[in-house]
Amino acid sequence: MNSQSATVDHRICNTTGLTVFFRSEFFIKINAVMGVVFLLVGAIAAILLALTRWSAVMFLDEVWFYRILTLHGVNMLVFWIIFIEMAILYFASSTLLNTRIFSKTLAHISFVMMVVGALITNYIILDGRADVLLTSYVPLQAHPLFYVGILLFAVGALLVCFNYFATLYIAKKNKTYTGSVPLVTFAATTAAIIAVIAILHGAMALVPSFLWSVGLMAEPDAGVYRLLWWGLGHQTQQVNVAAMVGVWYFMATMTTGAKPLNETVCRGAFVLYILFINIASAHHLLVDPGVSTEWKIWNTSYAMYLAVLASMIHGYTVPASMEVAQRRKGFTKGLFGWFAKLPWKDPGFSSVALSAIIFGFIGGITGVTLGTEQINIMAHNTMRIPGHFHATVVGGTTLAFMGLCYYLVPLIFQRDFYLRSWARVQPYIFAIGITMMSLGMSLAGTYGVPRRTYDSDFTGAAIETGFDPVAHILLGVLGIGGVIAFLGMMLFIGLVVAAAFFGPPIKDRKMPTWQDEKSQKMTDDLINRGYEEEGKHYEHVKTPGTIALVLIFLLSFVIYYFANWASLADLWFLN
Amino acid sequence: MSIFSPQGNWFRYPEGGERMWIGLALVWCIIMFIAMPFWHFFGKQNATGESYTVEARDFEERVDRFVEANQVDEIEGVPVVEVPSGGDIYLLGRMWQWEPVLKLQKGETYRLHVSSTDLQHGLSILPLNINFQVLPGYDHVITMTTTTSGTFDIICNEFCGVGHHWMTGRIIVEE
Repeated sequence: MNSQSATVDHRICNTTGLTVFFRSEFFIKINAVMGVVFLLVGAIAAILLALTRWSAVMFLDEVWFYRILTLHGVNMLVFWIIFIEMAILYFASSTLLNTRIFSKTLAHISFVMMVVGALITNYIILDGRADVLLTSYVPLQAHPLFYVGILLFAVGALLVCFNYFATLYIAKKNKTYTGSVPLVTFAATTAAIIAVIAILHGAMALVPSFLWSVGLMAEPDAGVYRLLWWGLGHQTQQVNVAAMVGVWYFMATMTTGAKPLNETVCRGAFVLYILFINIASAHHLLVDPGVSTEWKIWNTSYAMYLAVLASMIHGYTVPASMEVAQRRKGFTKGLFGWFAKLPWKDPGFSSVALSAIIFGFIGGITGVTLGTEQINIMAHNTMRIPGHFHATVVGGTTLAFMGLCYYLVPLIFQRDFYLRSWARVQPYIFAIGITMMSLGMSLAGTYGVPRRTYDSDFTGAAIETGFDPVAHILLGVLGIGGVIAFLGMMLFIGLVVAAAFFGPPIKDRKMPTWQDEKSQKMTDDLINRGYEEEGKHYEHVKTPGTIALVLIFLLSFVIYYFANWASLADLWFLN
Repeated sequence: MSIFSPQGNWFRYPEGGERMWIGLALVWCIIMFIAMPFWHFFGKQNATGESYTVEARDFEERVDRFVEANQVDEIEGVPVVEVPSGGDIYLLGRMWQWEPVLKLQKGETYRLHVSSTDLQHGLSILPLNINFQVLPGYDHVITMTTTTSGTFDIICNEFCGVGHHWMTGRIIVEE
């Protein structure tokens, strides 16, 4: 609340020149650490699930399959991702705006609430009293502590968002920065705003469920519950998208010296997320009873796909800004000379580049297509759905956050990595695994293989049924991809834990570069010049390579989209 | 730089390649938007969400009457009903069985009423890969014309407890 005092409560980063307040640094660290702890829980669950859906292995029994599936969803989609996002909020407000956080007490309270909430939820799931999967669809009922744990976690996250907005306010009031907030802060603000709306929807779905579970309320309506729950469930994914795109911009600058081509366009795209994503829960209700066609068409398209437009804009501006940076460094050969010369050995960069490719080409294209009102008839609750969202939220968001960690550890924990050459291959291992897994799922789903189902052979059913052998081969692809992704994940966790706690300290000097000295110098030079050149036009540097890439993307999109319409036309007539 | 504050008035209209891409992406978004109402009016496969509120017990009674009137056989203890001439047909999903087995005629149009008397279920007709959500309290009506014949299996693709993967059923469409 007060201006800079004389006591030493901050340090100047030797790499970026940013002011890092010790207090916010502490909260960045503990949130990131908790994130990785729950990532480990979720990852162990993930490998058990992959080895069970792999129909030739079927490792777990049915009781533990559904239990571990609940555990996996909650830890990965909620705890891991949101803890990292909380770390990003502290960084994007305090560090980027050169200010202290608004309230240390609030930061402590919210952190404790989130940790306690997560522990309660995990305990009650593992104790076998909440086998309801992440969505806990009414009238499935969990033990009251399941709802209490998640609500406690959510309120904790809400308080962090409040602390974030208050920090933005005091930074503005105290004039700790001039001009507008940096783009990364703008992205984080987008994520925080959507998070608040998502959590309010979540409360509307889960508070009545909790009251029902303790006998204080009648059973909530199944359809209304789904509508409200997806107001939480889908919007939190848009929190992830906004945070992930923020990380793309951040890492583009850190690893290549890229500067956003046009702040108006980049920020405008984030505003589109805020305005149009709140109606996205309709995606999940496309073949539900009780919702009308008009409502579904308007809402699933997020009002004429304006939020999809936003992602397509980021999908251009991020690589285009890198292309401009590379061309300014002199890598001007042909259409893709700049692309070949990108720092592919820097795990921070490769993670983010692979994240953008997997998110766009697999996650984005499948998501928009499956979310088309009629096409959803062929996809709802099949393996095509997890095939889609493992490409967005794992191949996209988680991989981007991994890339962030390769810079977070040296910059914030101020420790170096061991086994740096292992770190360089880690993003590729993980990306290959998750891509295989996602494609295995998606393709198995085209045969109708259901998601969230223990046995794809339906052993023990009164009326026997089963799938084409090809579907089982695809489930094998899922399993092998899952194993590879798990190995990549364990390597990541091992590397960051070893570095963050036991790595060689790098206090009072520049972060050791992941690139060679020459490329790092060129990047540093761009970052320094970019700052001075703020407002000048150097955008005469064209981006033909990126244009070619996005046109390939659009072509793939168009082909996949219309191929789905074509196969829809083969179904029985349905009305 | 994405980590530094832009100074002064940074507002600028998009230009060059960026403007072209935004325009192209917007056109594609509008095409995708128009595709849905287009198919609604001109396509043959639509999920209209037609449904009516129904009490579990009432729905069960309607299914019982339907089975009583049309039963012709039994498979593994599940009644088989034959409805050759179109019209209203019923399917009940409950832990962990779809019933009755439906014997239909190719080319006929049926109004399939489907509901649940316990948890949420997922109606999935294979190998066609037709999927609809089934909720307790909702009589979900799907008007369908069987354009192909053969034996079609039904599975449940919404998690409904530990026996979820035993929940199957069948639709037989005759020429």
